[in-house]
Amino acid sequence: MVEMITPISSPDPAQAMQRIAEHKGCGTTGGDGKASCGSAAGQGDLPAEIWEKVKNHPCYSEEAHHHFARMHVAVAPACNIQCNYCNRKYDCANESRPGVVSEKLTPEQAAKKVIAVASVIPQMTVLGIAGPGDPLANPAKTFKTFELVAETAPDIKLCLSTNGLALPDYVDRISKYNIDHVTITINMVDPEIGAKIYPWIFWNHKRYTGIEAARILSEHQLRGLEMLTARGILCKINSVMIPGVNDKHLVEVNRAVKARGAFLHNIMPLISAPEHGTVFGLAGQRGPSAQELKALQDECQGEMNMMRHCRQCRADAVGLIGEDRSAEFTTDKIMDMEVNYDLTARRAYQAAVELEREAKLTAHEEELSALAGEESDLTMLVAVATKGSGLINEHFGHAKEFQIYEISVRGAKFVGHRRVDMYCQGGYGEEDTLETVIRAINDCHAVFVAKIGGCPKADLAAAGIEPVEEFAYEFIEKSAISWFRAYLAKIASGEIAHRPRGDAEIRQGGLIIAA
Amino acid sequence: MAYKIIAAQCTGCSACEAECPNKAIAEIEGMFVINPEKCTECVGHYDVAQCVSVCPVDDTCVIDGAPLRYRPGA
Repeated sequence: MVEMITPISSPDPAQAMQRIAEHKGCGTTGGDGKASCGSAAGQGDLPAEIWEKVKNHPCYSEEAHHHFARMHVAVAPACNIQCNYCNRKYDCANESRPGVVSEKLTPEQAAKKVIAVASVIPQMTVLGIAGPGDPLANPAKTFKTFELVAETAPDIKLCLSTNGLALPDYVDRISKYNIDHVTITINMVDPEIGAKIYPWIFWNHKRYTGIEAARILSEHQLRGLEMLTARGILCKINSVMIPGVNDKHLVEVNRAVKARGAFLHNIMPLISAPEHGTVFGLAGQRGPSAQELKALQDECQGEMNMMRHCRQCRADAVGLIGEDRSAEFTTDKIMDMEVNYDLTARRAYQAAVELEREAKLTAHEEELSALAGEESDLTMLVAVATKGSGLINEHFGHAKEFQIYEISVRGAKFVGHRRVDMYCQGGYGEEDTLETVIRAINDCHAVFVAKIGGCPKADLAAAGIEPVEEFAYEFIEKSAISWFRAYLAKIASGEIAHRPRGDAEIRQGGLIIAA
Repeated sequence: MAYKIIAAQCTGCSACEAECPNKAIAEIEGMFVINPEKCTECVGHYDVAQCVSVCPVDDTCVIDGAPLRYRPGA
């Protein structure tokens, strides 16, 4: 049977936007537009040529990530190192985390999948190869895939994510294939710390262990980074925050990668649920709390741009970050699809997005100007239920994640997200959903929603989190600032007293794919 | 003798296939299999068996006692 896919054939941007609006995704808009978090609001501190390259890249620009989608194709199953936070044996279809895929693809299947997805989802602008092993441990498959995609879909940006061990050997090829973004996972620059994270590496036909392994890995990572940035290829650094192992050390990593020209640092919390069977998971190594993660990100923020919207997705994820449509594009389905790659419609969508982004920024700036003259040191967090486009447009009970904004008189800034979905395995299924949500956003003073039922409203209020419905379907930052202004006024009039909130939990495990 | 892959342990990652100096490893119906006729246990190529060294799961590539031990020049 041939499955017909309707491409976005109308060049009318409004119509294209309508189609996209019907399509559920995560979303957020950027921060204050001038803070050091260049990845957040807009250009920020980024040089113009870098901003031009990243502004439509969902994995690099927080502001872009609710407008533009990425996909990963799992053509690279082999890996050349072992990490204590990774277990290649575990693959649950409902699992969304790095190193996990449900099916491997050949380069030909992958290229067909990319074109099929890009025809159905016009916001798909980025193809990444991130495993489930290491792309550069599978060079033939990785580069063949890039070559095939570049032939048919020249507007799609290519990127790859590597552990860096084989990177120095492939920098010239990366440059030749026009891959302008590379992510390197660097968890340490001190081999003694590395030995606690990497049990072994396979290099030069030999397995190395311990400090020697970590030393070789670190040298290759930093040399590869230097070689890439010298060729003008943008480098983002991913680091896994492992409390008690490398948490404090990541500040040093941040300095080392910044000095070598990395433009963005993404510090992610360790995922270590015991049921994943990783060394860390089985040893009871915990991940960081929300407050610990944010404190480290804030500490590094002064040094360089920090990324906070990473959802640690699967190596075969498809769609906007925070959602996963990979189930719609299994090999069986794509091989039967008739594909019409419409470059014009894709450009029309992208132009419409530009207009919407401008409207949102203007709204935020207008609201901020109303705060001018207010003086307050108060900084607080609020949670937002959204399904995209920078709007408060999700029902409280339907939210699978909440976006977290930090608000102050300087503006509203996206600082992270909290997942509240239920988990497929590990005994979390019986948990009371509302309790889960409260634990996840316990550090917030308010939660902005499109709608909320009476019961959860009362429970949230009892937990000290104000449910806010009055800004339904309005822009997030503008609403947050407006609410903040009223909050300050209430403190001034003595109506309320400000109380600091506690810490929150970062959930372990994978996002459930929407049925 | 030759090496063999314990199928129940194998993740199908294909890392061994690329490293084998004898091209003795192939994917057959989704499973990776070592051809004992071609396996030399990497003798003459490397000090250690490449499949064992690169495999992400311990005790998955193991010596199979059934075929005769490989002898160079035999």
